[in-house]
Amino acid sequence: MTDGAPFVRIADVVKRFGDAPPALDHINGEILGGRITGLVGPDGAGKTTLIRLMTGLMVPEEGKVEVLGFDTVANAADIQAAIGYMPQRFGLYEDLSVQENLNLYADLRGLPLGERTATFDELLEFTDLRRFTTRLAGKLSGGMKQKLGLACALLRKPRLLLLDEPGVGVDPISRRDLWKMVENLTKEGIGVVWSTAYLDEAEACDSVLLLNEGKLLFTGSPVELTARVADRVYKVSGITQGRRQKLARYLDDENVVDGVIQGEAIRLVMKPGTMPRGPDDGSAAPEMATTTSRFEDAFIDMLGGGPGGRSKLAETQTPFAIGNAKPVIEAHGLTKRFGDFTAADAITFDIPRGQIFGLLGPNGAGKSTTFKMLCGLLKPTAGEGRVAGFDLRRDAAEARNRLGYMAQKFSLYGDLSVAQNLSFFAGVYGLSGARKRDRIQLMTEIFGFARLLDMSAKDLPLGLKQRLALACAVLHEPEALFLDEPTSGVDPITRREFWTHINGLVEKGVTVLVTTHFMDEAEYCDRISLIYRGRSIALGSPDELKAQVASDELPDPTMEDAFIALVQGSEEKEAA
Amino acid sequence: MSTQPSNLESRASRARRFAALVRKESYQIVRDPSSILIAFVLPLILLFLFGYGVSLDTTQTRIGLVIEEEAPLTRDLAAGFQASRYFTVAVGRDRREFEEDLVLGRVRGIVVIPKSFMADYAAGRHPALQVLVDGSDPNTANFVQNYAQATVANWERQRLNDGGGQSPAISAEQRFWFNPELTSRNFLVPGSIAIVMTLVGTLLTSLVVAREWERGTMEAMMATPVSAAELLAGKLLPYFILGLTSMTLCVLLAVFLFGVPFRGSVAALYALSATFLMPALGQGLLISAATKNQFLASQLALISAFLPAFLLSGFLFEINSMPTVIQWITFIVPARYLIPSLQTVFLAGDIWPMFGKAIAAMLLIGSVFFALAARSTRKRIG
Repeated sequence: MTDGAPFVRIADVVKRFGDAPPALDHINGEILGGRITGLVGPDGAGKTTLIRLMTGLMVPEEGKVEVLGFDTVANAADIQAAIGYMPQRFGLYEDLSVQENLNLYADLRGLPLGERTATFDELLEFTDLRRFTTRLAGKLSGGMKQKLGLACALLRKPRLLLLDEPGVGVDPISRRDLWKMVENLTKEGIGVVWSTAYLDEAEACDSVLLLNEGKLLFTGSPVELTARVADRVYKVSGITQGRRQKLARYLDDENVVDGVIQGEAIRLVMKPGTMPRGPDDGSAAPEMATTTSRFEDAFIDMLGGGPGGRSKLAETQTPFAIGNAKPVIEAHGLTKRFGDFTAADAITFDIPRGQIFGLLGPNGAGKSTTFKMLCGLLKPTAGEGRVAGFDLRRDAAEARNRLGYMAQKFSLYGDLSVAQNLSFFAGVYGLSGARKRDRIQLMTEIFGFARLLDMSAKDLPLGLKQRLALACAVLHEPEALFLDEPTSGVDPITRREFWTHINGLVEKGVTVLVTTHFMDEAEYCDRISLIYRGRSIALGSPDELKAQVASDELPDPTMEDAFIALVQGSEEKEAA
Repeated sequence: MSTQPSNLESRASRARRFAALVRKESYQIVRDPSSILIAFVLPLILLFLFGYGVSLDTTQTRIGLVIEEEAPLTRDLAAGFQASRYFTVAVGRDRREFEEDLVLGRVRGIVVIPKSFMADYAAGRHPALQVLVDGSDPNTANFVQNYAQATVANWERQRLNDGGGQSPAISAEQRFWFNPELTSRNFLVPGSIAIVMTLVGTLLTSLVVAREWERGTMEAMMATPVSAAELLAGKLLPYFILGLTSMTLCVLLAVFLFGVPFRGSVAALYALSATFLMPALGQGLLISAATKNQFLASQLALISAFLPAFLLSGFLFEINSMPTVIQWITFIVPARYLIPSLQTVFLAGDIWPMFGKAIAAMLLIGSVFFALAARSTRKRIG
C-alpha cells in the first residue's frame, strides 16, 4: 500500500437490525494511518456497529468497507491477521493470569517464539503491568484491565488498532496513561480508531467521525468543528449566588444556544452576532469574556441547540421551605467493610436543604457503596446516616419514603409498558386515587410520554429510558433525590434537559446527592466529595477544589486536572 | 511488522494456536469450580443416588398376616411368610386389627389365612388365601399379591418334599441370565454413567461456550486469525477428555464400590463412551451457538438432552411399553443407544454386532449436530 492511502475506506454503508431505524445510515468516511481517529457519539449512535464492520465480524447491508486494502466481506481473514481489536466489554479471560492471557494471544496471533521475551518485556514495561503478571485478569482494576487488553491487541504490532470505548470505567489517571500509550503508537505509523461518548476525548483526537442516531454529523478535525462556534462562547464569571436561576434565565433567551454551570461561572454559546444580556434585576453587570470553544459546544450547536431553561417538573413542584437549617442528608463516619476489604472508610458530610452534592471518583472507589448506605440499601459496618432527620438504621422505611432513587443501570421493568411502570412506582410510593392519576398525568405531559404509554420500557431509546427513570423517581415529590450516574452514555441534549430539571427542583428546595464520573457535570454541584480507595480525600465546592491545585504552570485547572492532582497528592501522602 | 497472508501460514503456527486454545480451556476447567462440580461432584451424587437410594426392587414390604385358626399347619405357613425377605410381617388373629393400618399405609397389604384353609388342605383341595391390598398403589398391590402367591406355592412344594409325598408333576423354575439376583442397581449404575456423560458433554459444554459470548471473550477471539473450526475444536477436545475422565471415575466406583460386575472389555467401554460424546458435545455446541446466553443454554440442555436421556432412553422406563410415537422419538436420543450397550458391557460382555449398530447410530446423530453447529458458529456477529 502506498503511503498516505487511507487505512479504512467506508463507502455509503448501511446497517439495520430488525425493524428499528438504521443503526448506520449511509456513512462515508476515511481513516488514516499515523493518527488517532475518534468515533464519537452518544450510546446508540452506531459506534460499535461501525467498528465491528471494520473487523469483518459484521457485514454491511449496503455499501462497502475496505480495511488495509482488503474488502471486509471477501477477505475478513486477511484483515483479522493485520489488526488489533479491543471490544467494548473486557474481552480477556478473567480466570487466566495476566501472563497467561498474553501467552494465549501471542499463540493466537502467531508471534514467533524468538520474539516473545522481548515483546512481552516491552509491553509489560509500556503498560506498567510487570508487577501483576501472575495476577488473575479478573482481579485487576478497570484501568489495568484496559491496559492488558491493549497489550494483547498490540502483541503483534498491528497496522490498525480498533479500540471500542477504551475510556469507559477507567479513572482519569489511567485514562491519561492509556491515551499517551496510544499516541506513541501513532508515531510508528499505526492507525488508531478510538470510539468514545466523552467529548473531551473526542476533542483530543486528530480527526473525528461524529455520529448521532446512526447518521454521520461531521467528519474532519475537531479544530474545524469547534471553529464553527469560535467567538460565540462566553464565560460569565463571578456569580456567587443564584447561579441556577441565572442559568435558567439565560437558557430562556432565544439567542442562547447552550449554557452550563462551571463552578462560580456560567458558560454560554450564543447565536452568531449576539451577546449575553446583562442582569435584568438591576444588579452589577457580571464579568463577561469570550473563551475557547469546545467540542461539546459545537456538537450541541450542530444538533440545533439545547433545551430552554424552564423545567415544568420544577414549576409544579411544591416548594420545601429552604430556611430550615437542619441538613437533609447526613453521613457521619459511614464505614462499610466486606471481609478485610474496606469499601468505604469513615465518610462524613452533610447536605443542607436545596443543594446538590456530588460524589466523584473512579469506578470501584466506594461511591456506590456510600450512596447505597445513604439510601438504606446497604447496612453500614459503622457510622450513621440520616435522611430528612430519620436514622437509616432505625427508621429506614420512613427515610426511604422521603427519597427518590434513580439507579445507575436501567432498573425499571423492561417488559412493562411506560404507563404500567409509572403506575407501579406510584403504587410503591403509596400514591392512590386522584393524586396518583394527577401525578402520572403530569409526568406524561412533562416528559412527553403521551405517544409512548403502551410501549415496553425496554424498547425505548436510552434517553427516554433515563427520562422515565427520573419520572418514576420523582412521582411522590421526594425531599431528597439520589441519582447514581444519571446521564452516563446519553446524548448531550438529553443531559442538558436532565440538568435543567435537577437545577429547577433544587431551587424548589429538593436536596440532591449525585454520583458522576463526568468531570464537567461535577461543576453543577454546590459541593463535592472526592472518593478514592474508600476514603474521602477532598471536600469542597468545585472552585475550591480547583483552587487547591492551581499552580504557576496550571493557573486555570479543569476539574479533571484537580482530580488527578488531588489523587496523586493523596497517594504521595500515603507513601510518605 | 510481519503480517503474512493466511494461506502461507505454517502448519507449526496453526498447531501452536490449537495447543494454546486447549491449554486455555484446561486452565479454565481447573480454576472454575462449576466445571469441577458438574464433571465430578454431580456424577458422584447421581451414582450414589442410583447405587444406594433408588432401587426398583421391593424388599421388606410390611404386611399384616391374619391367622384365623391357630394350628401347626397355619403356623408353618406363617413362618414361611416371616422367613421371606420380601415381607416384614405383623401377625394377628383378626383382619380388623390391620384395617386401619392398611388405610393409613402402615402396612401395604393384609394376608388372611382363613378358617377354611385347614379343611381345604386336608381335603386335598387347593387352599385359598385372601389378600387385601391398597388399590390406589397398583404397583405395590400387584407385588404383594404375586409374592404372597409365590410364598404359598413355595411352602406347598416344601411340604410335599419334606413329607415325602409326590412332588407336583411339573414345576417351572425361572432362571435369570446376566443379572441372576435381578438387582436393579446392576443395570441402573451403568445407565447413570450415560446420564453423567450427557451432563458433561451437553450441559457443561453449552454453558462454557455461552459464557464466552456473554463475557465478550468470543468477540475478541474472533477478531484474531483463529478460524471458527479451530475455535470449536479447541473447545471440544478438553471437554471430550473431561467427559471420558468423568466416565472412568464412575466406572471405577461402580465396579469397586457398588460391586457391579464388569464382564465386557475396557476397549468396548471406551469405544462406546467416546462415540456417545460426539452427539452430546455436538448438541452442546449447537445449543450455545444458537442461544449465546448461559441461562437459556442450561434450560435447553436440561430439556433437550438431560430429560430425554432419563426418560426416553430405556434407562428408567421400558421403551417397548411407550406409545408408538414416543418410541419413534427415542430413536434420536443418543442415550437410547448407549444405555443398553453399557448395560451389556457391564452385565453380559462384548456383543460387537449390537455395539456396532449403536456406534453407527450415535455417529449419525453426532454428525447432524456438528453440521448444524458449524453452520451457526461462523465468524460473524449479528
